[in-house]
Amino acid sequence: MAEKLGVYICSGCDIGKALEMAPLMEAVTKGKLAGNCPVVKQNPVLCSPEAVAEIEADIAANGLDGVVVCACSPRVKWDIFKFGQAVQVERVNLREQCVWSFREDEKVPGLLPLMAKDYIKMGVMKLSKSRIPAPEVPETFKTIMVLGGGFTGLNAALEAAKLGRDVVLVEKAATLGGKAATMYKTFPMSHPYLKAEDTGVEKLIAEVTSNAKIKVMTSAELKSVEGAPGQYNVTVSAGGEQKLEIGAIVLATGWVPGDTGFLAPMGYGSIKNVVTAAEFEAMAKAGSIARPSDGKAPASVAFLTDVSLCTKAVPAEEEAVEGEAAPAAEAEEAPAYPDKENAKHLAYSSELTSLVALKQAGYVREKLGDAVAFVLYDHMMVPGINERYYKAAQDDAGVMLSKATITKVSEDADGGVIVAAKDTLLGADVEIKADLVVLPTAIVPVTAHDATMNLSYRQGPGFPELELFDGFVDSNYICFPYETRRTGVYAAGCVRQPMTLANAKEDAAGAVLKAVQCIGSANRGVAVHPRSGDVSYPVFNFQRCTQCKRCTEECPFGALDDDEKGTPKPNPTRCRRCGTCMGACPERVISFDNYNIDQIGSMIKEVYVPDDMVAGGPRVIVLACENDAYPALDMAAFRGKSWSPYVRFVPVRCLGSVNAIWVADAISKGVDGVIMLGCKYGPDYQCHFVKGSELCSRRKTNIAESLGRLGVEAERVEQYEVSIDEYDKVPAIIERFMTEVITKFGPNPFKGY
Amino acid sequence: MSNNSILVVGGGFAGITAALEAAEVGHEVYIVETNPYLGGRVAQLNQYFPKLCPPSCGLEIQFQRIKNNPKVKFFTMSEVVSVTGGPGAFDVKIKERPRFVNANCTMCGECEKAATTTVKSEFEFGLAERKVAYSTHLFAFPQRYVVDAAACAPGELDKIKDACPYNAIETADAEKTFDLSVGSIVWATGWKPYDMAKLDNLGGGKLANVVSNMQFERLAAPNGPTNGKIERPSDGKAPKRIAFVQCAGSRDENHLNYCSYICCMASLKHVTYIREKLPEAQVVVYYIDLRTPGRYDNFMQKVAADDKLTLVKGKVAKIVECECKSPILTVEDAVTGIKGEERFDMVVLATGMQPSCAGSKLPVELPVDDDGFIIGGAEKGVFAAGCAKLPLDVMKTAQTGTGAALKAIQNVVGR
Repeated sequence: MAEKLGVYICSGCDIGKALEMAPLMEAVTKGKLAGNCPVVKQNPVLCSPEAVAEIEADIAANGLDGVVVCACSPRVKWDIFKFGQAVQVERVNLREQCVWSFREDEKVPGLLPLMAKDYIKMGVMKLSKSRIPAPEVPETFKTIMVLGGGFTGLNAALEAAKLGRDVVLVEKAATLGGKAATMYKTFPMSHPYLKAEDTGVEKLIAEVTSNAKIKVMTSAELKSVEGAPGQYNVTVSAGGEQKLEIGAIVLATGWVPGDTGFLAPMGYGSIKNVVTAAEFEAMAKAGSIARPSDGKAPASVAFLTDVSLCTKAVPAEEEAVEGEAAPAAEAEEAPAYPDKENAKHLAYSSELTSLVALKQAGYVREKLGDAVAFVLYDHMMVPGINERYYKAAQDDAGVMLSKATITKVSEDADGGVIVAAKDTLLGADVEIKADLVVLPTAIVPVTAHDATMNLSYRQGPGFPELELFDGFVDSNYICFPYETRRTGVYAAGCVRQPMTLANAKEDAAGAVLKAVQCIGSANRGVAVHPRSGDVSYPVFNFQRCTQCKRCTEECPFGALDDDEKGTPKPNPTRCRRCGTCMGACPERVISFDNYNIDQIGSMIKEVYVPDDMVAGGPRVIVLACENDAYPALDMAAFRGKSWSPYVRFVPVRCLGSVNAIWVADAISKGVDGVIMLGCKYGPDYQCHFVKGSELCSRRKTNIAESLGRLGVEAERVEQYEVSIDEYDKVPAIIERFMTEVITKFGPNPFKGY
Repeated sequence: MSNNSILVVGGGFAGITAALEAAEVGHEVYIVETNPYLGGRVAQLNQYFPKLCPPSCGLEIQFQRIKNNPKVKFFTMSEVVSVTGGPGAFDVKIKERPRFVNANCTMCGECEKAATTTVKSEFEFGLAERKVAYSTHLFAFPQRYVVDAAACAPGELDKIKDACPYNAIETADAEKTFDLSVGSIVWATGWKPYDMAKLDNLGGGKLANVVSNMQFERLAAPNGPTNGKIERPSDGKAPKRIAFVQCAGSRDENHLNYCSYICCMASLKHVTYIREKLPEAQVVVYYIDLRTPGRYDNFMQKVAADDKLTLVKGKVAKIVECECKSPILTVEDAVTGIKGEERFDMVVLATGMQPSCAGSKLPVELPVDDDGFIIGGAEKGVFAAGCAKLPLDVMKTAQTGTGAALKAIQNVVGR
């Protein structure tokens, strides 16, 4: 723990104008941690080179192992206050959170110095209870396993090999190539984006099979993945079981064609000459495009991309995403892996549907002489550069393109298919007769049907809550497309999103880099996204563990398993360091060296709570998520906003790390209310650790109930969702709490006891 | 001896992503950015589709990663002047424009208070004025003011200097050039909004209440010129009827010979801004196709269910304005063929994205297409990412940034 602290108070940027320095210094020199603080100084410009040099000299002369910088927000001057790895730094935000956002209460004078003293004492306490983490640095396996030998997997294997990595490529089928190998051609992958081209998959296969770095396993089944990033023990069955030592995994298992049952409203299954795009592709690949009814070459082929007949029965917003709240007890009756395919996969495939229709219309022109092709679309879904391919198709007189809403597909007496459509460019209501009709093939990720990964994790073999993404292994983070809930596994290609081959190639490269990065981070004992580089990690005091399993169940990333005795078994390289386990633990046995229950609890105890709320005002603790809520508060201060002088902010890693004891202790100390400010939760969650703010809200309900039993109003503990740009709203949130809760209920009944 | 470090040209989302992903596997990375801040176009957006989350959230994470990683170095207000050498051993000359503010700056804002001259804000697309001593926006990173010395009135620069309590104003600051030696280059110079003044028939840049989609982002942003209030530029009134003109410049051989990828989703997102802020406003979106690929379909369905929104497949041929400055649109419905005139209080042109480099000579020889997108370079050790390469959304931009980082690493590791 930091034992020799230097405490420095800056008087620049209005701080000195608003506050007298001497009493603030006295709060430390005469405080209970005075013995730990051999250096207490003030400085007019603490970020100046001279001041920084002075701090460095003090560190050297006094052997300081901690520096408390009482100045601006830690978001500012981040590069200035760094004093090497042996010296811990704590920033006390006097400028933004104290001085700039201060609002006087005329009834109670002298509040600002009290606030500043509180924050300084809190900072000193926090640092005095912080250690420098010394992570274990495990030996890691460096081999990358690529699951799936289709276009994405082949590219991923080659990219990893080019980086000098050993690769194991595991393919379920007997041959490599996946869906790309079944294609006659693909729509264009590069400039000038005008013509369908060869997929190049044969060449890729040849490159992969001849690459000494890549071990190819076909007809291979992934039996189990045990362990953690950098330390996976993988069992694959390929004519006998093999054990592999793997560092990280690229999941490129791709897609399967959607259930054709969803196409029944468009005549599939009942009309012979209605086929799917996948079936049409197979005909083109085999070299002969023929009508199923009579084997004759069609003179006209209609490609229908409007699937509203199939999807309109599906509600726009499935409420199923809330289903996650189902109690765990029911899990036994539910199927092992609930199927996630639905008619909407047809809609999600729209881009590929349109591009494939254009491509296959080209096959008609190429292979069937004078035959004509119709492409009837609701929206020609060719965003971006592929507009050029669409333009090129428009230039072919034998390809008729029209917007249309398909109303009915029926069969003619002579085997022809009649497509009825409305709102077309050819007329309001039209019927088009075609010899053959081609319907879209939905791209359904394999993970919609099967867990695929076979992870030997306590939380299950696959990715949790994929129903949010209709079975796609997507991240839900726009900025971080590869970050899923299983550290060390990076999805690429159509298992992640429906995508073109050109996209999949790029996606493979990205996923490989994330896999390499993960192995490197594991090897250095540091976290990956979003706390990349963090050296802290949760430490478990198992002697006091009651095996309640809350930490193992609640970890958003499935980092904890059970050992033989049923005790939680941490897997540090799976861990993202959010502290959700620490927040979950009722016995408080989980801690980080530099972030723990005692530390934050002690910090809260440093807040001065007057016995008389009328004379001294109330006190409210705000546990603020440091990712979004904290910067929002800074920004509010920058914009000249102010709020109640009775709140004290305590930054937390994530609301998931908030342990109920902090709230209970605060209330028993006489604090009048506790606010938790964190990220949005629900289907469009913004929580950086996926579940933190949501779990906190559930725990909050329990906390409030316990308070109720003690005669404390449940309303005194409240959680609010704040995104980083809600800086103009957050002061009002605080204000509302102060009037609707504190003014209404009056002093905490525990006050003064 | 080959050089392991990587130069990333452009500090927007693609560039930051490429830089960090490479740095986090141990490579020294330099970001060169022409703006005074990192973050590029996304820093100007109010929210991302489809989650409607603020871009500053993701940028905050990226900036934290930069702050915590000594392998990432960045230069703002800087541009690449020339590139010599080749893969594994590039010599790059960088020009850094003067900021006139040194590292002493604490963001206290005294310089801004002292400055008196104002000019149009580039960051706000001309919708607001800024002082000559300014910070572009609330979340600007690095957190350091800029002084636009060239725009200062006589004596103003000295007044600004005197106002600074921290001796942060460098009145003698001047352009500098310096060299970097790198092994690979990621080209991520991004995009610019297509100049709406070129859309003559649509009144772009001429009619007061015809704004671009990027201007609309600023009007909706809480840190924008109106603190997030959607109002008509001409009179500050809340519009009751708003039209969106899709493909304003895009999908048009006379302007941009491609689809700009994001505008359909962006306009649908703008409808959600309107609904939140102006619950009663009527909205019409004129489109050719609504391009909402993949799982964006859910967002489209949700927005389309708005009963005050009308989606019209139709072409807007012309926009003029009436005496009260309300735009009048001449529209042809593509399905019915009916032509008509419609009056709105405000019109948003869904202008497309054009590669930033379009029309200017690159300091390194790279193959580009007719529209200015980079279509090669890998063989030369230069890897394009983001919208310098293709029109893309943010998610795909992050994907290409990560992919380009891998290629850049392969290029230096394999040597």
